[in-house]
Amino acid sequence: MDFFTFLIQTLNSVQYGLLLFLVAAGLTLIFGIMGVINLAHGSFYMIGAYLAYGLAPIVTGMFGGGFITTMLFGLVVSILLGYFLEWAFYSYLYQRDHLQQVLMTYGLILVFEEVRSILVGDDVHGVQMPDWLSGSIQLNDVMTYPTYRVFISGMCLLLAVGMYIVLTRTKLGMMIRAGSVNREMTQSLGINIQFLYRVVFASGVAIAAFAGMVAAPVSSVYPGMGQGILIICFVVVVIGGIGSIKGAFVAALLIGFVDTFGKVFLPQIAGVLVYILMAVILLWKPSGLFKAGS
Amino acid sequence: MMTTHNQDIVLRGTNLTRRWGGLVAVNGVNIELLKGQIHAVIGTNGAGKSTLINLLSGEIELSDGRVELLGKDVTNSAQHERARLGLGKSYQRNTIFNELTVFENCRLSAQANYQQPWKFWQDGTSCKLSTEQAMFVIQKTGLEHIMHRPSGVISHGQKRQLEVAMCLATNPQVLLLDEPLAGMGADETDRMLSFLMEIRKDHAILLVEHDMDAIFKVADVITVMVNGSVIAHGTAAEVKENKDVKVAYLGEEA
Amino acid sequence: MKKYPVIFLGCLLLSFAAIPLFGGDYGIDWMTKTIIFGIFALSLELLVGRTGLVCFGQAAFFGIGAYATVIFSTDVAQPLVAFLLPISVLLAALYALFVGALSLRTKGVYFIMVTLAFAQMAYYVIHDTPIGGGTDGIYLYVKPNLPGNISLNSSLNFYLFTVFILFSVLGLLGLITRSRFGRALLGIKLNEQRMKATGYNTYFYKLAAFVISGAIAGLAGFLFAVKDGYVNPELLSWHQSGAVLIMIILGGLGHLRGALIGAFAYNLLEEFFRSEAIFGVFTKHWHLGLGIAIILCVALLPKGLIGLPSLWQNKLVGKTAETPDDNDQVSSSGSGH
Repeated sequence: MDFFTFLIQTLNSVQYGLLLFLVAAGLTLIFGIMGVINLAHGSFYMIGAYLAYGLAPIVTGMFGGGFITTMLFGLVVSILLGYFLEWAFYSYLYQRDHLQQVLMTYGLILVFEEVRSILVGDDVHGVQMPDWLSGSIQLNDVMTYPTYRVFISGMCLLLAVGMYIVLTRTKLGMMIRAGSVNREMTQSLGINIQFLYRVVFASGVAIAAFAGMVAAPVSSVYPGMGQGILIICFVVVVIGGIGSIKGAFVAALLIGFVDTFGKVFLPQIAGVLVYILMAVILLWKPSGLFKAGS
Repeated sequence: MMTTHNQDIVLRGTNLTRRWGGLVAVNGVNIELLKGQIHAVIGTNGAGKSTLINLLSGEIELSDGRVELLGKDVTNSAQHERARLGLGKSYQRNTIFNELTVFENCRLSAQANYQQPWKFWQDGTSCKLSTEQAMFVIQKTGLEHIMHRPSGVISHGQKRQLEVAMCLATNPQVLLLDEPLAGMGADETDRMLSFLMEIRKDHAILLVEHDMDAIFKVADVITVMVNGSVIAHGTAAEVKENKDVKVAYLGEEA
Repeated sequence: MKKYPVIFLGCLLLSFAAIPLFGGDYGIDWMTKTIIFGIFALSLELLVGRTGLVCFGQAAFFGIGAYATVIFSTDVAQPLVAFLLPISVLLAALYALFVGALSLRTKGVYFIMVTLAFAQMAYYVIHDTPIGGGTDGIYLYVKPNLPGNISLNSSLNFYLFTVFILFSVLGLLGLITRSRFGRALLGIKLNEQRMKATGYNTYFYKLAAFVISGAIAGLAGFLFAVKDGYVNPELLSWHQSGAVLIMIILGGLGHLRGALIGAFAYNLLEEFFRSEAIFGVFTKHWHLGLGIAIILCVALLPKGLIGLPSLWQNKLVGKTAETPDDNDQVSSSGSGH
């Protein structure tokens, strides 16, 4: 394998890994802080992608906006959706045991999938990427790399850095981390835990939806996309350590590399490689690579 | 510290150390339990008493040091292995099986000595040995009158009694009791203390407690811990007079 | 308290006898399918209801049992139950051993995710590699014979065979639940720390339960493959794992009959939501009704359908849900049937 092919695959790995990280971060955050295991998290990724598809004509038609505007609209919609869902559904799950949470969120997946099917149908759709991003970067005489993929990585990285800053440098982040360690204490300090949870949840939804939106032009918009990414996110969380953002980051990139290079070198078992990786790590560290809260 | 090899030493912990990152929870503690003795461990909050008991039982791994049970090195043995060798533990928070009757709680505990899991055709309660041991322990702790009640609905004091009974059901040589008096009223405390003094002769008992009066009543030997280290060791009288203990507990000037 | 299992067994026998007489071919087919899923659900009940291990990957063992049956009968002129049954159970049990040994090193939520992931692994192996024949699945062309050359071609024969297997499994699980092993599993579910402190090697017990559970799921898979003569990778999908979990919750955890009631109720629900007569064009979206039903069931019936009589009783008497009563698992035998 020559250097440029290697470079291309590395860039792909990073891009995939970063996307995974965004979705997995929401999952691990929601579990780490609220103690809720949310099977429907993958659906938010799907909803994001479908939002990109569905909102584009409206935004362009009514407001004359472009791609970025569509994404901003989508973000707002997903934050509102997340806020609503937490109030209407998820807040009832905090007191329930894991089995009940698993089953109720599983039921929610079915509902999401069918509502989507009723509203938008089951066809595969494409999302147009904006002209100013549809070019390619010249790597050498023969090889190029799509600008849009770099854009995806860039956006994900931006969001990741933003998350890091909020969690470690702001008062809100401090409250979130306090809430994950000791709910009652944080409450007695006068912090409105209910509101905090709602914010965290809405953010988790928005981040996952954002990942779906930004990935849509490359991955297309299709029915099974939510479930596919959910299970890989579970593997990310298991490998990285539940409740650990740093772990999710490392694990997501690791999986990005294993999966991408796996498809190149061992296409037959590419689908299984990620699970083999998980099995190996479990043998070595049953609680994941990092501890919760890191 | 020179220790003579005494056949009565049922449990010995040497240089027991546990570190959590930068924090040292238990620092080079030496402790010996003799049969027929009630050995109390007291200390201020955060002194490391619970960690010490968990190091001895095997629930927490040692960073350094050794544990010997009945002469055998069990430092690398899991908790259930130590239990099979004769180490029993009761917990500060109730670990009884709330959904089962008091009798079944004791019987299931006693069954640990007669596990034979491959005998799937046999009803567990037909195991005479475990049933007899359960009855023995129930009578000893005075729980017969509530034997068939679901243990979730009995009183707190009775639950604590049951907790100790279950610990006793495997007939261990060593009993590690983590705050057995927690939440008990005066009468219940007296009953539990007389019970402990009664079973003392057949067992080596380690008692972690906060109730000073109770400790001074029953303990043969007391170890005092502060910030993970032992600051005093001796009989109740000796410890009461110890300068360091007075400073630690009463804040007196040295 | 023992009256419920007896009443239940009686109803079971009655319905099993009635179906061939009054149900016709459709009835027999439906009942056979329900019983097979009942066996599948029973396997999970041992794990979730009895030992407290929430496994979200049970479909893998079911699917492996099914696929093994078909794969080992290709190119065989007359396959035999005497060979196919043990081999499918064995292979399912072996995968359960592998998955269990690794997953049981984790706890709580991890365990749920890891078992799901390992089931996906099996799914991808079947789906992507030549072993499984890909997305289209593979066919069982000749149904195996029972010892003594008894053919399973007639649906009645197969129905009776399935009923026989069900009672055998029920009997086995009934013995297991009241045995020392079964009681230890219950203790592990109620308070694993206490069990460890008392001297039980809980990892071993959980692993044994996991393997037995996987084996029974494989057995259900074998029956499934023989019944329909066709297997495809969706048998190992997590939707299948989710479905069987729902069955045992729906029926009621902690009781063997709950698994059967749940399988029965779930199949009825599926028939209902898929019925064109009631929903017309919307039957395409039957998952919607199912999803809502699942959410409502878990939210409103935490004890499952089995809990209905006591729920009713409590409402009539004005009791809260806190007081344990006859229907709970409270007993000196500790074996909920």
